[in-house]
Amino acid sequence: MMERGRVMKRILGRIAYRTLTYGAKVISLLLAVSVISFALVSASPVDPVQQYILRVGTAVSPEQREEIEDYWGVDKPPDERYMDWLSEILHGNLGESLVYRRPVADIIGERFLNSLALMFCAWLFSGVIGFSLGCVMGMYKDRWPDRILKKICYVLSCVPTFWLGLLFLLVFSVWLGWFPIGFSTPIGVTSGEVTIWQKMYHLILPAFTLCILSFVNIALHTRQKLVEVLNSEYVLFARARGERELTVLRRHGLRNILLPAVTLQFASFAELFGGSVMAENVFSYPGLGSAVSEAGLNADVPLLLGVTLFSALFVCVGNMTANVLYGIIDPQIREVGE
Amino acid sequence: MEKKIENLLEIQDLSVSFRMYGNGLEQTELQVISDLSLTVRPGEILAIAGSSGSGKSLLALAVLGLLPDNAAVSGRLYYKGEELTRAWQKQLRGTEIALVPQSIAYLDPLMRVGGQADGHLRPKMTGKRREIFDRLGLPKQTERLYPFQLSGGMARRVLVSTALLTGADLMIADEPTPGMGLKQALAALQMFRDYASEGKAVVLITHDIDLAVEFADRVAVFYAGTTVETARASDFKEGEEALRHPYSRALWNALPQNGFHPIEGFQPYAGNLPKGCLFAPRCPYKTEECTKTAPPVQKIRGGEVRCYYAS
Repeated sequence: MMERGRVMKRILGRIAYRTLTYGAKVISLLLAVSVISFALVSASPVDPVQQYILRVGTAVSPEQREEIEDYWGVDKPPDERYMDWLSEILHGNLGESLVYRRPVADIIGERFLNSLALMFCAWLFSGVIGFSLGCVMGMYKDRWPDRILKKICYVLSCVPTFWLGLLFLLVFSVWLGWFPIGFSTPIGVTSGEVTIWQKMYHLILPAFTLCILSFVNIALHTRQKLVEVLNSEYVLFARARGERELTVLRRHGLRNILLPAVTLQFASFAELFGGSVMAENVFSYPGLGSAVSEAGLNADVPLLLGVTLFSALFVCVGNMTANVLYGIIDPQIREVGE
Repeated sequence: MEKKIENLLEIQDLSVSFRMYGNGLEQTELQVISDLSLTVRPGEILAIAGSSGSGKSLLALAVLGLLPDNAAVSGRLYYKGEELTRAWQKQLRGTEIALVPQSIAYLDPLMRVGGQADGHLRPKMTGKRREIFDRLGLPKQTERLYPFQLSGGMARRVLVSTALLTGADLMIADEPTPGMGLKQALAALQMFRDYASEGKAVVLITHDIDLAVEFADRVAVFYAGTTVETARASDFKEGEEALRHPYSRALWNALPQNGFHPIEGFQPYAGNLPKGCLFAPRCPYKTEECTKTAPPVQKIRGGEVRCYYAS
């Protein structure tokens, strides 16, 4: 019991240490992202004052215009504007969206919940499908199941997500009528009446489209790693001890390909986020991805910057999770401190 | 005293070559084992001695049917008098024929040593395995370790224990002792001896001739992928004259205690083998005949030798 307690304490200590060091890296990265994105927006021809006035819709007097310019700090030099913006962010104020006329933080929170459901499903599908297909391909290396699956993977990896989304919409929603054409809820139903089943029903097709993007990557990597493992000396010895193919996979294969698979799975957060912009637009799904494109197309500077920072944070969390898990799963990292 | 002894394993004219692709589509055959013949009798330890690159480890894989797909095998293998087919090899692996591989790389890096040594068969033989660990001088907590936490000698003892655990009739041990201390090596070899005395057989692949001579009943001398001579271990103790093949004699003379005399030249590489007797280019007694056809196996003075001029 004592032993177990000590081990737990050590593992927790290591996780805390890793989280702290990684946290410092994340903060410096976020600072860099904020500087670059702010500089890019400042350099772009987008004029937030003009956009703001356009959005108001009525004529604006010169005095009002001056007031608005003052609010945006147009006369101030860019570095001063950046510092103002940064200090507001540090106080928890991401500004107000021009398109939605609501605080950016609220919009991100709301949209992110929708996106999270979508991305989580896609992430889970792609992990499970990718890993299993990768195992099948590795086990049947160079035989027909591997050759067929590999070709499918190559084709899918060349296909752009939005095109695939359109194709799925055409086939499954328009022709076959199995799935809704878009949105996260049925049309003409108040938000209080929407059931979780209806939400899930609307989620399936976009999630599947999104998952195709990353499962190919995971499948091909898993295959490659499994082939390496099966060619290793320890598998040769396992065979010499009479282990059959499935036993080898269970006892040695899965164990040794799990680590790279976990890394890949969490590193795919970035791809998923990029893909969700496409998928959400095609399926008119009200997530963070579609908010990004709206913000971009309508020059909604506060929303755009807010989402940029948030997505950077999101990807970092994915990578950090992979790092922390690595330290827990891999005995060579875990026990080396003893 | 001479009784009719059934051979546990008999290898007849075994050749193994690898198909390799050179430049473009040019395909070459790399001959790594040539016309090898060998018998293993129950109750004995047969040492296979030879320098590195003489095909010793590949022989073990050939017997187990575990050579890679690009290997072409010819010749015949008999186990307990019956021809050893691929399907049968598959059945015998790990139950009747056990392998002791030569390095830590043969252990799964992510699996604790204890569970790994127990093996996949049910019921687990944890109790017996702990006993063997103990006899080999492995501390009790070894079973909780991962392979990367083992020393080279510990890893080899773990590998030896996997074979002892099976109770297989034939054990092929590929360099089992390097890295062990003298005491541990002697303990391991004593366990092999006990093992053989139960009517089982151990093939001990080694390049340590002293060790082979001390513990084996017979010694097969390997050169460039074939056996040039199989002699009683006592012949090596007796001296140069008791040996039959010029290479075995050269090997004997090259031992430190016998004067450390090397001979000219080096072992030919696979893919570059001479015609006729493989040793001919370095042999002081070679004639026309030696460079034309390889000499057949002859039985001389209770040993087997492949030389036209052995006496």
